[in-house]
Amino acid sequence: MNLAKIEALHGERLSCQRGFKLLFQHLDFVAHPGRALIVLGPNGAGKSSLLRIVSGHLAATSGAIRLEGMDNDTAMREQIHYLGHEDAIKGGLSVADNLGFWRKVLGPNGIGVEDALEEVGLGGLGRLRAAVLSAGQKRRLAIARLLVSRRPIWVLDEPTTALDVKAQAWFAAFGRAHLAEGGLIMAATHAPLDLGETDELRLGAPL
Amino acid sequence: MIGAFLAVVRRDLALSLGAGGGAGLGVVFFACVITVVPFAIGPDLVLLARIGPAILWIGALLASLVGLERLFASDVEDGSLDALSLSVLPLELTAAAKGVAHWIATGLPLVVAAPVLALMLNLEPTAIGAVTLTLLVGTPAVTFLGLVGAAFAGAFRRGGLLISVLVIPLTVPVLIFAVSATTSAVTGPIPFGTPFRVLLGLTLFALVLGPVAAGAALRVSRG
Repeated sequence: MNLAKIEALHGERLSCQRGFKLLFQHLDFVAHPGRALIVLGPNGAGKSSLLRIVSGHLAATSGAIRLEGMDNDTAMREQIHYLGHEDAIKGGLSVADNLGFWRKVLGPNGIGVEDALEEVGLGGLGRLRAAVLSAGQKRRLAIARLLVSRRPIWVLDEPTTALDVKAQAWFAAFGRAHLAEGGLIMAATHAPLDLGETDELRLGAPL
Repeated sequence: MIGAFLAVVRRDLALSLGAGGGAGLGVVFFACVITVVPFAIGPDLVLLARIGPAILWIGALLASLVGLERLFASDVEDGSLDALSLSVLPLELTAAAKGVAHWIATGLPLVVAAPVLALMLNLEPTAIGAVTLTLLVGTPAVTFLGLVGAAFAGAFRRGGLLISVLVIPLTVPVLIFAVSATTSAVTGPIPFGTPFRVLLGLTLFALVLGPVAAGAALRVSRG
Protein backbone atom coordinates (compact mmCIF):
# COMPACT_ATOMS: atom_id res chain seq x y z
CA MET A 1 0.00 0.00 0.00
CA ASN A 2 1.26 3.47 -0.83
CA LEU A 3 1.77 5.85 2.00
CA ALA A 4 -0.84 8.53 2.33
CA LYS A 5 0.49 11.78 0.91
CA ILE A 6 1.60 14.01 3.71
CA GLU A 7 3.13 17.30 2.68
CA ALA A 8 4.34 18.51 6.03
CA LEU A 9 3.89 18.21 9.77
CA HIS A 10 3.65 21.58 11.48
CA GLY A 11 4.02 22.39 15.12
CA GLU A 12 2.61 25.83 15.74
CA ARG A 13 3.53 27.89 18.80
CA LEU A 14 3.64 24.85 21.05
CA SER A 15 4.12 25.29 24.75
CA CYS A 16 4.37 22.59 27.34
CA GLN A 17 4.19 22.99 31.07
CA ARG A 18 4.61 20.01 33.37
CA GLY A 19 3.72 20.90 36.93
CA PHE A 20 5.40 24.23 37.65
CA LYS A 21 8.08 23.67 35.05
CA LEU A 22 7.76 25.34 31.66
CA LEU A 23 9.58 23.00 29.29
CA PHE A 24 9.27 25.04 26.12
CA GLN A 25 7.27 27.97 24.91
CA HIS A 26 6.03 29.13 21.48
CA LEU A 27 7.93 26.40 19.70
CA ASP A 28 7.49 26.29 15.93
CA PHE A 29 8.78 23.53 13.72
CA VAL A 30 8.02 21.88 10.46
CA ALA A 31 8.94 18.35 9.40
CA HIS A 32 9.00 17.44 5.73
CA PRO A 33 8.65 14.02 4.16
CA GLY A 34 11.92 12.53 3.01
CA ARG A 35 13.94 14.45 5.57
CA ALA A 36 14.14 13.42 9.20
CA LEU A 37 13.65 16.00 11.93
CA ILE A 38 15.95 15.27 14.83
CA VAL A 39 15.04 16.72 18.21
CA LEU A 40 18.12 17.51 20.26
CA GLY A 41 18.58 18.80 23.75
CA PRO A 42 19.88 17.92 27.21
CA ASN A 43 18.06 15.53 29.53
CA GLY A 44 14.89 17.08 30.85
CA ALA A 45 14.62 19.62 28.03
CA GLY A 46 11.23 18.24 26.98
CA LYS A 47 12.13 16.06 23.99
CA SER A 48 9.91 13.19 25.08
CA SER A 49 7.09 15.53 26.02
CA LEU A 50 7.30 17.15 22.58
CA LEU A 51 7.13 13.77 20.86
CA ARG A 52 4.18 12.72 23.03
CA ILE A 53 2.41 15.92 22.07
CA VAL A 54 3.10 15.31 18.37
CA SER A 55 1.78 11.76 18.59
CA GLY A 56 -1.31 12.88 20.50
CA HIS A 57 -0.53 11.21 23.82
CA LEU A 58 -0.17 14.48 25.68
CA ALA A 59 -2.13 17.69 25.31
CA ALA A 60 -0.02 20.76 24.64
CA THR A 61 -0.46 23.61 27.11
CA SER A 62 -0.97 25.82 24.08
CA GLY A 63 -0.41 25.59 20.34
CA ALA A 64 -1.36 22.94 17.84
CA ILE A 65 -0.08 20.17 15.61
CA ARG A 66 -1.23 20.37 12.02
CA LEU A 67 -0.80 17.90 9.18
CA GLU A 68 -0.65 19.38 5.71
CA GLY A 69 -1.94 17.34 2.81
CA MET A 70 -3.77 14.72 4.85
CA ASP A 71 -7.12 13.59 3.56
CA ASN A 72 -9.77 14.25 6.13
CA ASP A 73 -11.19 10.74 6.14
CA THR A 74 -8.31 9.26 8.07
CA ALA A 75 -7.84 10.11 11.71
CA MET A 76 -4.46 11.57 12.61
CA ARG A 77 -3.84 8.73 15.04
CA GLU A 78 -3.93 6.28 12.13
CA GLN A 79 -1.09 8.11 10.37
CA ILE A 80 1.39 7.94 13.24
CA HIS A 81 3.70 5.30 14.62
CA TYR A 82 4.99 6.12 18.08
CA LEU A 83 8.00 4.25 19.39
CA GLY A 84 8.49 5.30 22.98
CA HIS A 85 10.78 4.22 25.80
CA GLU A 86 8.69 1.16 26.53
CA ASP A 87 8.59 -1.67 24.03
CA ALA A 88 4.86 -2.54 24.37
CA ILE A 89 5.63 -6.24 24.51
CA LYS A 90 3.72 -8.81 26.56
CA GLY A 91 6.11 -11.35 28.04
CA GLY A 92 3.34 -13.93 28.34
CA LEU A 93 2.77 -14.12 24.58
CA SER A 94 5.04 -15.53 21.92
CA VAL A 95 7.20 -13.24 19.83
CA ALA A 96 5.08 -13.86 16.72
CA ASP A 97 1.81 -13.36 18.63
CA ASN A 98 3.05 -10.03 19.98
CA LEU A 99 3.88 -8.78 16.51
CA GLY A 100 0.77 -10.33 14.93
CA PHE A 101 -1.35 -8.50 17.49
CA TRP A 102 0.16 -5.11 16.61
CA ARG A 103 -0.19 -5.89 12.92
CA LYS A 104 -3.96 -6.42 13.31
CA VAL A 105 -4.50 -3.53 15.70
CA LEU A 106 -2.40 -0.93 13.89
CA GLY A 107 -3.61 -1.92 10.43
CA PRO A 108 -2.27 -4.95 8.53
CA ASN A 109 -0.89 -3.11 5.51
CA GLY A 110 2.83 -3.79 5.88
CA ILE A 111 4.94 -6.90 5.42
CA GLY A 112 3.99 -10.18 7.09
CA VAL A 113 4.97 -11.14 10.63
CA GLU A 114 7.53 -13.79 9.61
CA ASP A 115 9.19 -11.45 7.10
CA ALA A 116 9.33 -8.64 9.62
CA LEU A 117 10.94 -10.88 12.24
CA GLU A 118 13.48 -11.93 9.61
CA GLU A 119 14.16 -8.27 8.79
CA VAL A 120 14.91 -7.26 12.37
CA GLY A 121 17.06 -10.32 12.99
CA LEU A 122 14.61 -12.32 15.07
CA GLY A 123 13.95 -14.94 12.38
CA GLY A 124 13.20 -18.37 13.83
CA LEU A 125 12.40 -16.97 17.28
CA GLY A 126 8.70 -16.46 16.57
CA ARG A 127 7.48 -19.25 18.84
CA LEU A 128 9.55 -18.18 21.81
CA ARG A 129 7.87 -16.48 24.74
CA ALA A 130 8.70 -12.77 24.51
CA ALA A 131 9.66 -12.73 28.20
CA VAL A 132 12.93 -14.53 27.44
CA LEU A 133 14.13 -11.94 24.92
CA SER A 134 17.02 -9.65 25.86
CA ALA A 135 16.53 -5.89 26.06
CA GLY A 136 18.02 -5.42 22.59
CA GLN A 137 15.86 -8.18 21.12
CA LYS A 138 12.74 -6.63 22.65
CA ARG A 139 13.72 -3.34 21.05
CA ARG A 140 14.04 -5.08 17.69
CA LEU A 141 10.59 -6.59 18.16
CA ALA A 142 9.20 -3.13 18.95
CA ILE A 143 10.85 -1.77 15.79
CA ALA A 144 9.30 -4.61 13.75
CA ARG A 145 5.96 -2.95 14.56
CA LEU A 146 6.93 -0.12 12.21
CA LEU A 147 7.34 -2.63 9.40
CA VAL A 148 4.19 -4.76 9.74
CA SER A 149 1.95 -1.71 9.61
CA ARG A 150 2.80 1.07 7.18
CA ARG A 151 2.17 4.59 8.40
CA PRO A 152 3.55 7.81 6.96
CA ILE A 153 4.74 9.43 10.20
CA TRP A 154 7.23 7.81 12.55
CA VAL A 155 7.67 9.48 15.92
CA LEU A 156 10.69 7.88 17.56
CA ASP A 157 11.89 8.49 21.11
CA GLU A 158 15.45 7.23 21.54
CA PRO A 159 14.80 4.42 19.05
CA THR A 160 18.23 2.81 19.14
CA THR A 161 18.49 2.33 22.92
CA ALA A 162 19.85 -1.15 23.72
CA LEU A 163 20.54 -1.91 20.06
CA ASP A 164 23.99 -3.20 19.08
CA VAL A 165 26.01 -1.48 16.36
CA LYS A 166 24.82 -3.82 13.64
CA ALA A 167 21.16 -3.40 14.56
CA GLN A 168 21.62 0.38 14.66
CA ALA A 169 22.84 0.19 11.06
CA TRP A 170 19.76 -1.87 10.10
CA PHE A 171 17.53 0.56 11.82
CA ALA A 172 19.12 3.47 9.94
CA ALA A 173 18.49 1.55 6.71
CA PHE A 174 14.78 1.07 7.59
CA GLY A 175 14.59 4.78 8.38
CA ARG A 176 16.23 5.82 5.10
CA ALA A 177 13.94 3.50 3.13
CA HIS A 178 10.93 5.02 4.89
CA LEU A 179 12.13 8.53 4.05
CA ALA A 180 12.80 7.54 0.44
CA GLU A 181 9.17 6.40 0.12
CA GLY A 182 8.01 9.83 1.18
CA GLY A 183 7.64 9.03 4.85
CA LEU A 184 8.25 11.46 7.64
CA ILE A 185 10.44 10.86 10.70
CA MET A 186 10.64 12.89 13.86
CA ALA A 187 13.11 11.48 16.35
CA ALA A 188 14.68 12.42 19.65
CA THR A 189 18.11 11.00 20.13
CA HIS A 190 21.53 11.49 21.69
CA ALA A 191 23.29 9.05 19.38
CA PRO A 192 23.52 9.93 15.68
CA LEU A 193 20.95 7.94 13.68
CA ASP A 194 22.61 8.10 10.25
CA LEU A 195 19.41 9.01 8.40
CA GLY A 196 21.13 11.06 5.68
CA GLU A 197 20.32 14.75 5.44
CA THR A 198 18.38 15.81 8.52
CA ASP A 199 16.85 18.92 10.00
CA GLU A 200 17.52 19.72 13.61
CA LEU A 201 15.26 21.07 16.31
CA ARG A 202 17.17 22.15 19.37
CA LEU A 203 15.40 22.39 22.71
CA GLY A 204 17.19 24.50 25.26
CA ALA A 205 17.64 23.88 28.94
CA PRO A 206 14.36 24.27 30.88
CA LEU A 207 13.54 27.93 31.47
CA MET B 1 -11.80 -2.60 12.56
CA ILE B 2 -13.60 -5.80 13.57
CA GLY B 3 -10.34 -7.66 13.10
CA ALA B 4 -8.58 -5.24 15.44
CA PHE B 5 -11.40 -5.54 18.00
CA LEU B 6 -11.21 -9.33 17.96
CA ALA B 7 -7.40 -9.16 18.15
CA VAL B 8 -7.62 -7.15 21.39
CA VAL B 9 -10.18 -9.60 22.82
CA ARG B 10 -8.04 -12.58 21.85
CA ARG B 11 -4.83 -11.09 23.22
CA ASP B 12 -6.37 -10.17 26.57
CA LEU B 13 -7.96 -13.60 26.85
CA ALA B 14 -4.67 -15.33 26.06
CA LEU B 15 -2.91 -13.16 28.64
CA SER B 16 -5.41 -13.74 31.43
CA LEU B 17 -5.85 -17.45 30.76
CA GLY B 18 -2.11 -17.95 30.35
CA ALA B 19 0.39 -18.52 33.14
CA GLY B 20 0.19 -15.81 35.81
CA GLY B 21 -2.81 -14.19 34.19
CA GLY B 22 -5.01 -14.54 37.24
CA ALA B 23 -8.27 -15.44 35.50
CA GLY B 24 -9.08 -18.07 38.13
CA LEU B 25 -8.66 -15.69 41.04
CA GLY B 26 -12.17 -14.25 40.89
CA VAL B 27 -13.97 -17.59 40.78
CA VAL B 28 -11.84 -18.95 43.62
CA PHE B 29 -12.70 -15.87 45.69
CA PHE B 30 -16.37 -16.39 44.83
CA ALA B 31 -16.23 -20.06 45.87
CA CYS B 32 -14.49 -19.14 49.14
CA VAL B 33 -17.12 -16.57 50.08
CA ILE B 34 -20.05 -18.90 49.32
CA THR B 35 -18.41 -21.82 51.09
CA VAL B 36 -17.88 -19.99 54.38
CA VAL B 37 -21.31 -18.36 54.52
CA PRO B 38 -23.22 -21.51 55.64
CA PHE B 39 -20.69 -21.99 58.42
CA ALA B 40 -21.15 -18.42 59.57
CA ILE B 41 -24.97 -18.44 59.37
CA GLY B 42 -25.38 -21.79 61.04
CA PRO B 43 -27.63 -24.75 60.15
CA ASP B 44 -30.78 -22.74 59.52
CA LEU B 45 -31.79 -24.05 56.07
CA VAL B 46 -34.81 -21.76 55.72
CA LEU B 47 -32.74 -18.67 56.44
CA LEU B 48 -30.00 -19.83 54.04
CA ALA B 49 -32.50 -20.34 51.23
CA ARG B 50 -33.98 -16.92 51.86
CA ILE B 51 -30.70 -14.96 51.82
CA GLY B 52 -28.93 -17.31 49.35
CA PRO B 53 -29.52 -15.27 46.17
CA ALA B 54 -28.29 -12.11 47.91
CA ILE B 55 -25.16 -13.87 49.17
CA LEU B 56 -24.46 -15.24 45.69
CA TRP B 57 -24.81 -11.80 44.20
CA ILE B 58 -22.62 -10.09 46.80
CA GLY B 59 -19.96 -12.74 46.21
CA ALA B 60 -20.18 -12.37 42.45
CA LEU B 61 -20.10 -8.57 42.63
CA LEU B 62 -16.95 -8.51 44.72
CA ALA B 63 -15.35 -11.31 42.67
CA SER B 64 -16.00 -9.29 39.48
CA LEU B 65 -13.83 -6.50 40.85
CA VAL B 66 -10.86 -8.81 41.40
CA GLY B 67 -8.22 -8.16 38.78
CA LEU B 68 -9.85 -5.03 37.39
CA GLU B 69 -7.11 -2.75 38.68
CA ARG B 70 -4.54 -4.43 36.45
CA LEU B 71 -6.74 -4.23 33.34
CA PHE B 72 -5.31 -0.95 32.04
CA ALA B 73 -2.42 -0.54 34.48
CA SER B 74 -0.41 -3.32 32.86
CA ASP B 75 -0.88 -1.76 29.42
CA VAL B 76 0.09 1.66 30.73
CA GLU B 77 3.27 0.34 32.32
CA ASP B 78 4.66 -1.54 29.34
CA GLY B 79 3.77 1.14 26.78
CA SER B 80 1.05 -0.93 25.11
CA LEU B 81 -1.56 1.72 25.77
CA ASP B 82 0.50 4.34 23.88
CA ALA B 83 0.50 2.10 20.82
CA LEU B 84 -3.11 1.02 21.38
CA SER B 85 -4.27 4.61 21.41
CA LEU B 86 -2.84 4.99 17.88
CA SER B 87 -4.73 1.89 16.75
CA VAL B 88 -7.40 1.85 14.06
CA LEU B 89 -9.85 1.36 16.93
CA PRO B 90 -11.04 4.38 18.90
CA LEU B 91 -9.99 4.16 22.55
CA GLU B 92 -13.61 3.51 23.54
CA LEU B 93 -13.77 0.34 21.44
CA THR B 94 -10.40 -0.79 22.73
CA ALA B 95 -11.78 -0.41 26.25
CA ALA B 96 -14.90 -2.34 25.23
CA ALA B 97 -12.80 -5.15 23.76
CA LYS B 98 -10.78 -5.38 26.96
CA GLY B 99 -14.05 -5.46 28.90
CA VAL B 100 -15.37 -8.33 26.79
CA ALA B 101 -12.17 -10.32 27.32
CA HIS B 102 -12.19 -9.58 31.05
CA TRP B 103 -15.81 -10.72 31.38
CA ILE B 104 -15.17 -13.98 29.48
CA ALA B 105 -12.14 -14.70 31.66
CA THR B 106 -13.58 -13.69 35.05
CA GLY B 107 -17.35 -13.09 34.78
CA LEU B 108 -18.44 -16.14 32.81
CA PRO B 109 -16.78 -18.62 35.24
CA LEU B 110 -18.84 -17.01 38.04
CA VAL B 111 -22.06 -17.69 36.10
CA VAL B 112 -21.00 -21.29 35.52
CA ALA B 113 -19.99 -21.82 39.15
CA ALA B 114 -23.12 -20.22 40.61
CA PRO B 115 -25.56 -23.18 40.17
CA VAL B 116 -23.12 -25.54 41.90
CA LEU B 117 -22.43 -23.15 44.76
CA ALA B 118 -26.15 -22.41 45.08
CA LEU B 119 -26.69 -26.00 46.26
CA MET B 120 -24.63 -25.21 49.35
CA LEU B 121 -27.06 -22.41 50.19
CA ASN B 122 -30.10 -24.72 49.96
CA LEU B 123 -31.60 -22.88 46.99
CA GLU B 124 -34.53 -24.51 45.22
CA PRO B 125 -34.30 -25.13 41.44
CA THR B 126 -36.38 -22.07 40.51
CA ALA B 127 -34.16 -19.84 42.58
CA ILE B 128 -31.01 -21.43 41.12
CA GLY B 129 -32.28 -20.81 37.59
CA ALA B 130 -33.26 -17.25 38.38
CA VAL B 131 -30.01 -16.33 40.13
CA THR B 132 -27.92 -17.85 37.32
CA LEU B 133 -29.91 -15.95 34.72
CA THR B 134 -29.54 -12.66 36.60
CA LEU B 135 -25.80 -13.30 36.97
CA LEU B 136 -25.49 -13.98 33.24
CA VAL B 137 -27.19 -10.69 32.48
CA GLY B 138 -25.86 -8.65 35.39
CA THR B 139 -22.14 -9.50 35.61
CA PRO B 140 -21.36 -7.88 32.21
CA ALA B 141 -22.84 -4.68 33.62
CA VAL B 142 -20.56 -4.91 36.66
CA THR B 143 -17.49 -5.54 34.49
CA PHE B 144 -18.27 -2.70 32.09
CA LEU B 145 -18.98 -0.24 34.91
CA GLY B 146 -15.71 -1.49 36.39
CA LEU B 147 -13.90 -0.35 33.23
CA VAL B 148 -14.28 3.24 34.43
CA GLY B 149 -12.53 2.49 37.71
CA ALA B 150 -9.94 0.39 35.88
CA ALA B 151 -9.14 3.29 33.56
CA PHE B 152 -8.57 5.65 36.49
CA ALA B 153 -6.55 3.04 38.36
CA GLY B 154 -4.37 2.61 35.27
CA ALA B 155 -3.78 6.31 34.95
CA PHE B 156 -3.20 7.17 38.59
CA ARG B 157 -1.47 3.98 39.73
CA ARG B 158 -3.62 3.76 42.83
CA GLY B 159 -5.09 0.33 42.29
CA GLY B 160 -7.71 -1.47 44.29
CA LEU B 161 -8.95 1.21 46.64
CA LEU B 162 -9.95 3.56 43.84
CA ILE B 163 -11.79 0.79 42.00
CA SER B 164 -13.90 -0.22 45.01
CA VAL B 165 -14.76 3.37 45.88
CA LEU B 166 -15.61 4.32 42.30
CA VAL B 167 -17.31 1.20 41.04
CA ILE B 168 -19.34 -0.27 43.90
CA PRO B 169 -21.73 2.71 44.15
CA LEU B 170 -22.38 2.46 40.40
CA THR B 171 -23.21 -1.24 40.67
CA VAL B 172 -25.76 -0.86 43.47
CA PRO B 173 -28.78 -0.61 41.08
CA VAL B 174 -27.63 -3.78 39.29
CA LEU B 175 -27.42 -5.58 42.64
CA ILE B 176 -30.86 -4.35 43.77
CA PHE B 177 -32.71 -5.37 40.61
CA ALA B 178 -30.86 -8.69 40.19
CA VAL B 179 -31.65 -9.82 43.73
CA SER B 180 -35.25 -8.56 43.60
CA ALA B 181 -35.76 -10.42 40.31
CA THR B 182 -34.58 -13.63 41.96
CA THR B 183 -36.72 -13.04 45.03
CA SER B 184 -39.81 -12.37 42.96
CA ALA B 185 -39.18 -15.55 40.93
CA VAL B 186 -39.40 -17.55 44.16
CA THR B 187 -41.90 -15.73 46.36
CA GLY B 188 -43.57 -13.10 44.22
CA PRO B 189 -45.69 -11.03 44.34
CA ILE B 190 -44.19 -9.04 41.44
CA PRO B 191 -43.58 -11.15 38.30
CA PHE B 192 -39.94 -12.06 37.62
CA GLY B 193 -40.01 -10.13 34.35
CA THR B 194 -40.49 -6.68 35.89
CA PRO B 195 -37.23 -6.27 37.81
CA PHE B 196 -35.45 -8.49 35.26
CA ARG B 197 -36.27 -6.08 32.43
CA VAL B 198 -34.92 -3.20 34.47
CA LEU B 199 -31.76 -5.27 34.99
CA LEU B 200 -31.50 -5.82 31.22
CA GLY B 201 -31.84 -2.09 30.69
CA LEU B 202 -29.14 -1.35 33.27
CA THR B 203 -26.84 -3.79 31.51
CA LEU B 204 -27.38 -2.20 28.10
CA PHE B 205 -26.78 1.18 29.69
CA ALA B 206 -23.51 -0.03 31.25
CA LEU B 207 -22.32 -1.71 28.03
CA VAL B 208 -22.45 1.65 26.25
CA LEU B 209 -21.60 4.03 29.07
CA GLY B 210 -18.72 2.03 30.58
CA PRO B 211 -16.38 2.01 27.54
CA VAL B 212 -17.18 5.63 26.64
CA ALA B 213 -16.44 6.80 30.18
CA ALA B 214 -13.33 4.62 30.37
CA GLY B 215 -12.04 6.04 27.07
CA ALA B 216 -12.64 9.56 28.29
CA ALA B 217 -10.94 8.80 31.60
CA LEU B 218 -7.90 7.39 29.83
CA ARG B 219 -7.64 10.42 27.57
CA VAL B 220 -8.04 13.01 30.29
CA SER B 221 -5.97 11.46 33.00
CA ARG B 222 -2.85 10.48 31.06
CA GLY B 223 -0.18 12.97 30.34
